[in-house]
Amino acid sequence: MTKVRVAGVGVTAFGSHPERTSRDLFADAGLTAVEDAGVAREDVEGVYYGNFMGELSEHQGHQGPLAAEALGVQAPATRYESACASSGVALRQAVRDVRNGEADVLVVGGAERMTNLSTAGSTEALAIAADELYEVRAGVTFPGAYAMMARAYFERFGGTREDLAHVAVKNHANAVGNDRAQYQREITVEAALDSPPVADPLHLYDACPVTDGASAVVLVSEEYAESHDLDAGVAITGTGQGGDRMALQDRADVATSPAATEAAEEAYADAGVSAGDVDLAEVHDCFTIAEVLAVESLGFFEHGEGIAAARDGVTTRDGDLPVNLSGGLKAKGHPVGATGTSQVAELTKLLRGDHVNSEHVPGARVGVAHNAGGTVASAVVHVLEGIAE
Amino acid sequence: MTDDEPVRDAGFDDFLDALADGDGYYVECANGHGSLPPRRVCPECGSADLTETPLPDAGEVATYTRVHVPAPSFADDAPYVTAVVDFGPVRLTGHVLADYEDVEVGTAVEPAVGETATRGERLVVFEPR
Repeated sequence: MTKVRVAGVGVTAFGSHPERTSRDLFADAGLTAVEDAGVAREDVEGVYYGNFMGELSEHQGHQGPLAAEALGVQAPATRYESACASSGVALRQAVRDVRNGEADVLVVGGAERMTNLSTAGSTEALAIAADELYEVRAGVTFPGAYAMMARAYFERFGGTREDLAHVAVKNHANAVGNDRAQYQREITVEAALDSPPVADPLHLYDACPVTDGASAVVLVSEEYAESHDLDAGVAITGTGQGGDRMALQDRADVATSPAATEAAEEAYADAGVSAGDVDLAEVHDCFTIAEVLAVESLGFFEHGEGIAAARDGVTTRDGDLPVNLSGGLKAKGHPVGATGTSQVAELTKLLRGDHVNSEHVPGARVGVAHNAGGTVASAVVHVLEGIAE
Repeated sequence: MTDDEPVRDAGFDDFLDALADGDGYYVECANGHGSLPPRRVCPECGSADLTETPLPDAGEVATYTRVHVPAPSFADDAPYVTAVVDFGPVRLTGHVLADYEDVEVGTAVEPAVGETATRGERLVVFEPR
């Protein structure tokens, strides 16, 4: 089984670009990734592309072929959809295909156009990641679902809105120097607490923004990297995926995210590492409570202890285990279908030393990316390792 | 079929009809797992031996929220309280017909079927006991 290297990455500026089509966004990110990798365009053997709401936001299904032609690539292309984990699951498939010798060079990424919809429209579109019959028709919105998870967490383990505000404050601080981030500004705990309610106990500053953007990574086999003398110093050494019942009402416990725990355990075993080996992580903080659930599922904290991680400075950029140095979904933004591979792109840059926040993790070798779909009915985790040359 | 003719969701709408008549039920498998229709097998254990079992008259709020920013289909309903209610073998999601301040985890409620203010669409509702 060959090993998988990240040869190049590309991410668009995340933000409000309502007029930009997803095909243009993906061209921007994908061409950057191919150039960063230094691979020949004609060597690309497939495009694996994540997108969630193209039918609703652009009236465009079947986006795979559009993604390939946007890059000028003559290769088969497939769109993957797993809600907010769409490009994460696309990446997992690509990792396995390179490992198995099916391909030596693959482009994996995703794109999402969202701000061309109204707030009501994007709220409606995001809700399709929940169970239409038993949740959406009962008025469950995406923030509403995470609000019910937050309430269940507070009830079982304790925690306050202020604890959650510290997650938002941390991620905003991390985004300040990241020129790809949607919000490159700091916020305060007080401002977070005073922001308007969206779904109690979650307020506006607990939620990631609505974002347009795209991301891409170029995966190559170790043999290809060596024979083409590529500068590909980061490897993907572990991949894992977990699943859960779709609707919150069908889960015994909504104060934890067992699908992510399952994904993390599989990814760690695959890489031959443990949670204690991890130096930094990019996790799926679509809401502040989601980061709490993520860091517990990843094994960094016991259940009930993740709530204090940001407040106590453990996961801040100068803490023992920096989480979301990119700014996370909260401040970097969350173009749904692009998020999974954007996390891996940010981690790759952090590990290879050309990220604005690399200075905060000078000796880092092991990074983890955690990407979740819906209310974590889908979860995918990848382990990245810097290769000492 | 015409565009303006509503099409039922078999299983789900039958469930709502029964709940509206006070005859709510859930799907119980041979191993005692509860689920909601439509089901051909138990999602927990795969058992195909399924029976419709009466839904308990009341349940307890397991978790809840008050939604301030709704989807368009609930525009005129917001703010509203949505809860997951535990009936033992099965849990159901719906609107709690009470003020937010009067709802807690553990609040006892009875299920029924109501209508949204926005479009008059049917939905599961819970009335405090």
